[in-house]
Amino acid sequence: MSDSTLQARPETRHVPDRLNSRAFRTLRSWESLLLAVAIAIFIVNSFASPYFLNVWNLSDATFNFTEKAMIAFAMALLIISGEIDLSVASIIALASTAMGLAVQYGAGTPELVVIGLAVGLLCGAFNAVFVTIMGLPSIVVTIGTMSLFRGISYIILGDDAFRGYPASFAWFGQGYIYWVFTVEMLFFVIIALAFGVLLHKTNFGRAVYAIGNNPTGAMFSGIRVQKVKFILFLLTGLMSGAAAVFLTSRLGSTRPSIATGMELEVVTMVVLGGVNILGGSGSIPGVVIAAFVMGLVTFGLGLLNVPGIVMSIFIGLLLIGVIALPRLWTMAANRRRG
Amino acid sequence: MTESGSPVVSMDAITKTFPGVKALDQVRLDLYPGQVTALVGENGAGKSTTVKILTGIYRPDGGTIRIDGNPVDLTTPNDAAASGITAIHQETVLFDELSVAENVFIGHAPRTRLGLIDRAEMHRAAARLLDEIGAPFGTHTPLRELGIANKHLVAIARALSVDARVVIMDEPTAALSHKEIEELYELVETLKAQGKAILFISHKFDEIFRIADRYTVFRDGAFVADGEIADIDENALVKMMVGRAVDHIFPARRPTVAEEVLQVVGYDHPTEFADIGFRLHRGEILGFYGLVGAGRSEFMQSLFGITRPSKGVCKMNGKIRVIRSPADAVANGIVYVPEDRGKQGAIIGLPIFQNITLPSLGRTSRNGFLQLAEEFKLAREYSERLDLRAASLDQDVGNLSGGNQQKVVIAKWLATQPQVIILDEPTKGIDIGSKAAVHEFMAELAAQGLSVIMVSSEIPEVIGMSDRVIVMRDGRIAAELSGDDLRPETLVRHAAGISTPAPQEA
Repeated sequence: MSDSTLQARPETRHVPDRLNSRAFRTLRSWESLLLAVAIAIFIVNSFASPYFLNVWNLSDATFNFTEKAMIAFAMALLIISGEIDLSVASIIALASTAMGLAVQYGAGTPELVVIGLAVGLLCGAFNAVFVTIMGLPSIVVTIGTMSLFRGISYIILGDDAFRGYPASFAWFGQGYIYWVFTVEMLFFVIIALAFGVLLHKTNFGRAVYAIGNNPTGAMFSGIRVQKVKFILFLLTGLMSGAAAVFLTSRLGSTRPSIATGMELEVVTMVVLGGVNILGGSGSIPGVVIAAFVMGLVTFGLGLLNVPGIVMSIFIGLLLIGVIALPRLWTMAANRRRG
Repeated sequence: MTESGSPVVSMDAITKTFPGVKALDQVRLDLYPGQVTALVGENGAGKSTTVKILTGIYRPDGGTIRIDGNPVDLTTPNDAAASGITAIHQETVLFDELSVAENVFIGHAPRTRLGLIDRAEMHRAAARLLDEIGAPFGTHTPLRELGIANKHLVAIARALSVDARVVIMDEPTAALSHKEIEELYELVETLKAQGKAILFISHKFDEIFRIADRYTVFRDGAFVADGEIADIDENALVKMMVGRAVDHIFPARRPTVAEEVLQVVGYDHPTEFADIGFRLHRGEILGFYGLVGAGRSEFMQSLFGITRPSKGVCKMNGKIRVIRSPADAVANGIVYVPEDRGKQGAIIGLPIFQNITLPSLGRTSRNGFLQLAEEFKLAREYSERLDLRAASLDQDVGNLSGGNQQKVVIAKWLATQPQVIILDEPTKGIDIGSKAAVHEFMAELAAQGLSVIMVSSEIPEVIGMSDRVIVMRDGRIAAELSGDDLRPETLVRHAAGISTPAPQEA
């Protein structure tokens, strides 16, 4: 044994803050990969159809994802924290029904918006009570409320539809802010920024990550885990209520089958955006790009007259493909090395 | 001691790198048939990584593994099992709902000609194995009915069921009682007699000198030395392990009488503890001693707000405080370093700096908005104070060794500037070098005016560090000892409930 092995350790050991530069981390991120996919889809689409590069068509295409994305941002936080809400599409149905009912009693646009948001919030609170106070698994609770909320809509509406929304209410889903930019796009940007800041720049967002990675450890670190989760369910409900306002305004009517199956599209968007379905990691920029990817794919295939069922096959393949890609990459790298 | 012969397994120039950390750097390790080789090193020396490479969980980046002199590629756990290498891990994964025989043979049960599990043969084979290791239970027993020690025997039987030539024991005695440890030693002798090569990982030196034939020392992921146990003494081994001499003397302390910080009155819990009351002063180290199951950790967790006591009052600086959650406890200056650091302490998946600042975000942030520069400043301050070994502060805390994870947990709590810190078994499962560092650090904290509650089951630690010791038995305070009463035999007597002093031995 040489003498050097017996030397004492230095008094303080310097540990650098970060090893890799910001540019390097960004380049290697999931979001960069997804952005490349989005650009590729954009290029392929613009060759595939002569109608794709029309700004008005592109503007219309954003309706494919703006409403879903509003819910997806809140859902991303919920999934990162280790929970899920599968009742979001049914919340839309119930909120939309409540608004339609209010119209029958002569409610104006401001009242309709308040009612839509309030019903969403209440539904979120209902889920939250069962999950955070009674400690039931969120997947079971929200599968239950998925049937419950939509069931109430069916009881109220039957085979009927509510119509007769005031003209000013159409602004949310059909209005334009400037040129080709819709009101929905504006809210999409505002909500994306709000959730991006909430998740990435606040103490609350840090708590969400901590809970998703280790709920017990987070509780032992003095985080009020159940309170944070309660708020996340409220936010998801609130955003479902907001989506109900926009969707109802765009369609101009309410049927109990409104937004059927949308919960799975929302979850797909979140997972495609790089959020770990088991919780703990993911980002809002990822979900934003995923929203565009899904919107562009549906729009491009729509221009080519591809039927809806084929579209959903394509979205499914895209999801599995994009998720498998990094894994295939590391497997290939290991093989080369091994 | 038998002649060495040639090694069964020989690792040569093995290197393994994780993002930012070189876990193993050109290490070598030889295991000989019929001999116990102790792998010695501090936390973070690379012992666990070595085990994972030998069992096919990790693939080395470089170097060769030879079995009987032939290079092999251990790509999967199945390759390792096929090569006759088997491990009894620190926390072996067993299945509570299955029977003992099913646990032993899960994954490689004997088959009938139709490809179905041959249950009769499985139970016969399991019974043979259990008999071999002297297990006192049947093969049909559901695992959940067994205690920790017997579960351990099941794990051993499982390891032997694959016709092992090399048995790896990773801290096998950590959860066992004195008597069970003796039985384990006998088992090791049996395995040796059968010509199996044993790799034994332990932090306990008495154990190593009792049963090992050879030693290999790693430090910071590098090979330091190997040889025969007979040729070395404890001091020399410690020196090689830590790279410097360690004195086993506890830091000298000069406790002064200071004002009272914490007073607990009449804490009751329906099942775990009753009528707990004591006072804690500024700069004092109060030890809590007792047997496992005496209710110490349960009481500490209720003081920290994790469980609610059914009755009781907690006063900080003379004022009554109601603590309903850990968040309340932290706000009142009480923090808790749990025994189970993997689950309750560190948040694996989050970077080191975020672990450290998690309870202090109120201070590092502005109006609820994160300020990364402030966070790094705080994290750097405390990780340097604790001599944390990491590649960078944005590294996942899960890539650190156990001892360094413990440092992150302690740093996290010190950064909140608490008044009372509760340390639950702070040195359990960490090596001598880190232990001494933790002890020194505790003394330093007390000297700076922090009040420390230390739950410990190690008598030398309790006596060496505490100003005062509370002994708990069956959920109640059995005694409060200080000064000359602080002797090993008094502690044990009160903890075990022996009322009359044992007669003095001549």
